[in-house]
Amino acid sequence: MSVEEKVLVLENLGKSFGSNKVLNGVSIDLVKGENLVILGKSGSGKSVLIKCIVKLIDNDEGTINVFGTSLDEVSPADLNKMRARIGFLFQGGALYDSMSVRENLEFPLVRHHRDLDQDAIDDKVSTALDNVGLLDAADKLPAELSGGMRKRIGLARTLILNPEIMLYDEPTTGLDPVTSNEISELILEMQKKYQTSSIIITHDMNCAKLTSNRIAMIRDGKIYETGTFEELKSKEDPWIQSFFI
Amino acid sequence: MRPNLAQNIKKTVVLKSSVSMNQFQTLLINVADWWLFLLRFFKELFHLPFEFNEFVRQGYKIGNKSLGLVTITGFIMGLVLTIQSKPTLADFGAESWLPGMVAISIVREIGPVITALICAGKVGSGIGAELGSMRVTEQIDAMEVSGTHPFRFLVVTRMLATSIIVPILVFYSDFVGILGSYVGANIDGDVTLQLFLMQATSSLEFSDLIPATIKSVFFGLVIGLAGCYKGYNANKGTESVGVAANEAVVAASLLVFLVDLIAVQFTNIIL
Repeated sequence: MSVEEKVLVLENLGKSFGSNKVLNGVSIDLVKGENLVILGKSGSGKSVLIKCIVKLIDNDEGTINVFGTSLDEVSPADLNKMRARIGFLFQGGALYDSMSVRENLEFPLVRHHRDLDQDAIDDKVSTALDNVGLLDAADKLPAELSGGMRKRIGLARTLILNPEIMLYDEPTTGLDPVTSNEISELILEMQKKYQTSSIIITHDMNCAKLTSNRIAMIRDGKIYETGTFEELKSKEDPWIQSFFI
Repeated sequence: MRPNLAQNIKKTVVLKSSVSMNQFQTLLINVADWWLFLLRFFKELFHLPFEFNEFVRQGYKIGNKSLGLVTITGFIMGLVLTIQSKPTLADFGAESWLPGMVAISIVREIGPVITALICAGKVGSGIGAELGSMRVTEQIDAMEVSGTHPFRFLVVTRMLATSIIVPILVFYSDFVGILGSYVGANIDGDVTLQLFLMQATSSLEFSDLIPATIKSVFFGLVIGLAGCYKGYNANKGTESVGVAANEAVVAASLLVFLVDLIAVQFTNIIL
């Protein structure tokens, strides 16, 4: 595996909230085109980890390299350009509730591509909505959508900028098993279509099984074990096994 | 027992002084944070492209939301002021001064302050709750991670809208207040609207209007500042939305009085 293939490199990442050390030296890479699932118990710092990657939270220790550039060295303007190349799907979708679905999708698009005319914008919005199977929902408000639909629209809004890296924060939490499966399959489908590299934070083992190329397990603020779903399932470690019961 | 008592007193004094020191430090940090937020507003205000559509939407929303209340309070303000002042002026045989006195009181002080307080309650709390809710549901974070400058879109547009709309509402409130005064003057009198307005406006000078207008711009600015600061910096959790709205009203009202005090001192020095 050459260095060029790594789109994201985290080295000794540390983050504390007061006396609580949430991340304690996390080191992990994300390879181009890979789906990396991060598993861990609630409160183990999984969400903090991906929020550090987009600088929503500043890490106290360690370095984050995205596309070969250290995030500590980039200016605020360059950080925003970098962020456009990283998609982030929030747990609840985080749709802008004062805007319709169409306006939600247009919002990042028009701000990053000011040269686009209205026809091109409409075209891109329709394609993005079609990809997630919700073309009919364009003029609805977020309050009129179900939990699964909100996540799909959130995914469409993120993918409309064609990000190279996708970060999913518990994409199936709060959904019924059928919708969870649909979202997991959608993640896979979008990865193939847009050739993204993804980090998926979850404790839904079905989602992990369906979407992962590799799984990293986080415990006490550190990467405890990595491997494929089958490799980890066959481990005899009781802590790892507790996830597969 | 004596040494223990002395030790206890010493401990209490140390504890109390450390608490007040912490409170003082927190106060200083808060003041600095407010200043930084205000400076960021001025810095981002001149960054292009400007979110013009959102600014117009917010301006319309703020004006539309407050218009009814401003009309009612402005009218009652003029009416009550006239009813209360009329007998006293009549005792001194100075009833003809009534329109001028009411107009000066309304334009200089009562109109701007009452309108600003109405807006602090109505608009400040609305902005605080809206942005607080957006913070809690990670909508602001979503804007941040997509590199779309949420501060420019959410804060700059709202603060600029309040700074422009509040002075317009003040003008409107002054006008409605003078109309209310005319109605008050006619309850047991007989004066034409034309004469009343002529007497009211002839007693007003630019030195009454200009400071009041400038003061109103600052009232609008601090109302927007309080709402945006409290909402934008709301903590996680649904409770924070209510807290942000509540604190925005309290902070905006206090800031309105503070600005008024500074404006009065400043006007007295200048004029």
